[in-house]
Amino acid sequence: MRDLIIIGGGPAGLAAAYAAYEKGVRDILIIERDAKLGGILNQCIHNGFGLHRFGEELSGPEYAGRYIAMLKDTGVEVYSDTMVLELRPDRTVCAVSAARGYVELQAKAIVLAMGCRERTRGAISIPGKRPSGVFTAGAAQRYLNMEGWLCGKRVVILGSGDIGLIMARRMTLEGAKVLACVEVMPYSGGLNRNIVQCLHDFDIPLYLSHTVTDIRGDKRLTGVTVMKVDDRRMPIPGTEMDFDCDTLLLSVGLIPENELTRQAGITISKTNGPVVFDNMETSLPGVFACGNVVHVHDLVDFVSEEAARAGSAAADRIFGKLPGESAVSVLTGNAVSYTVPQYIRDSENEKAVSVSFRVNKVMENVTIEVQGKEKTLCSYKRAHMAPGEMEKIVIPRVLLKNETAVTVAIKE
Amino acid sequence: MKEMICITCPKGCHLQVDETTLTVRGNGCPRGVVYAQNEMTDPKRTVTSTVAISGSFLARCPVRTTAPVPKGKMKELVALLKEHTLVSPVKTGDVVIKNVFGCGADVIVTRDM
Ligand SMILES: Cc1cc2nc3c(=O)[nH]c(=O)nc-3n(C[C@H](O)[C@H](O)[C@H](O)COP(=O)(O)OP(=O)(O)OC[C@H]3O[C@@H](n4cnc5c(N)ncnc54)[C@H](O)[C@@H]3O)c2cc1C
Ligand code: SF4
Repeated sequence: MRDLIIIGGGPAGLAAAYAAYEKGVRDILIIERDAKLGGILNQCIHNGFGLHRFGEELSGPEYAGRYIAMLKDTGVEVYSDTMVLELRPDRTVCAVSAARGYVELQAKAIVLAMGCRERTRGAISIPGKRPSGVFTAGAAQRYLNMEGWLCGKRVVILGSGDIGLIMARRMTLEGAKVLACVEVMPYSGGLNRNIVQCLHDFDIPLYLSHTVTDIRGDKRLTGVTVMKVDDRRMPIPGTEMDFDCDTLLLSVGLIPENELTRQAGITISKTNGPVVFDNMETSLPGVFACGNVVHVHDLVDFVSEEAARAGSAAADRIFGKLPGESAVSVLTGNAVSYTVPQYIRDSENEKAVSVSFRVNKVMENVTIEVQGKEKTLCSYKRAHMAPGEMEKIVIPRVLLKNETAVTVAIKE
Repeated sequence: MKEMICITCPKGCHLQVDETTLTVRGNGCPRGVVYAQNEMTDPKRTVTSTVAISGSFLARCPVRTTAPVPKGKMKELVALLKEHTLVSPVKTGDVVIKNVFGCGADVIVTRDM
């Protein structure tokens, strides 16, 4: 029996490994399906990583490089080019690789750090033909930044998430013409700074409340039709705009990669990730989760923070330090779409617990309230909130003493 | 009053800048003031891109400028990078172009390859 197995060697897996090592765990194995550690960060060559964690603005590979360097000389073992196929409820991990063939490994604790994958055209069903030239933004990013292939010359981007915005700038700088970024919602899903430095800087128009309604071309894409949508997101006839383009990038969201989690019978929440306690333990004792596999993060710094919590809690479990029994549920109130964690257990050594969440609309000058059975337990002011920005609050644990459930809500 | 969004950190504060006095409101930290005032006088951006590399496990090596460069020079810089080819091994922090355009920023490698 192994002590700790971490599935996924992105920033979440790396930070979890480091935290567990710091707490004294010495038998740690990271299993990664890619050839190298670092996860999605290896293709995110733009800067903007590490401001919270390292106080510097690093590129994605640099941020990953820091953690890889921290793990040097720790004896943490890595199986790269190895795909985990199955996780069993008894914490057995089944994996396959060219080097080792098929292996089954059981561990005292498991950390799930498999990240996300991109939503595809199939997942959002755009009508029209199926020519080449339609890519997810992340795939185009990988081709360009790692392999050196620019996937098109005249580009329309559907979705205003960060990956799409970053690719709008990246492809423009490499000589492509980005004609438009089209977003079905009335607000952008990306960070404000990316709208400014990726679209405004290059005069790329952002069409909010618009969507792609037709895709043309036989072999290669030749054009798309964009239409305005009403408040039920239905295209409004007469608003058609045609764009001549050879490439359509889809930046329409990420889905936490939880096939393994589901297989193991772990409870899944509305984030499409596992339901977790405040120490990032899932419904299956001894199995923890962190990073994008739990909920989509915009900032890798918070991924590392969350992963450190998971790694450290996994260490506690390995050394037989079990968490408290009773749990306070965290419910969603007005304008809050989800929270992580969903349950908070007693903890002797932590005075406060941090709760992450997203709101479901853009709001100005609001108050975040944590409501108990009888009264509001604490509140936090915010000048600006948007669905594209993950929020985080820190709740003093003493306030939770006499509660069985609390609600996080926005007072507008 | 000019409205702008601070891009210095991912928080993206909404700033209001007075065009004549250059006083700034809405900033979450002092860096917002510096950003807004530069943006009114000499806007700059950090540039990230890739450079060809031979002898490594990938064809491209990621690079960035160590400090923001004038906004108008971004495309020129990316074009200039096309003239360079690195040879593996390179280390994070290795300088590809020193003091690019004489503006005080270096272009450095951001991955060991
Ligand atoms: C395009 C893009 C731009 C971003 N920009 C920024 C930014 O500017 N600033 C910022 O702070 N953050 C940014 N982020 C967010 C940040 O990069 C992510 O939140 C972070 O990388 C998530 O880390 P992770 O470890 O959870 O997932 P990942 O990095 O996706 O890592 C998951 C790893 O698990 C592996 N894996 C999955 N399934 C298996 C399996 N079955 N077996 C073995 N291995 C498996 C994968 O290969 C991968 O290496 C960006 C994200 C993206 C996608
Ligand atoms: S003002 Fe400060 S906190 Fe606000 S975005 Fe700029 S750097 Fe970040």
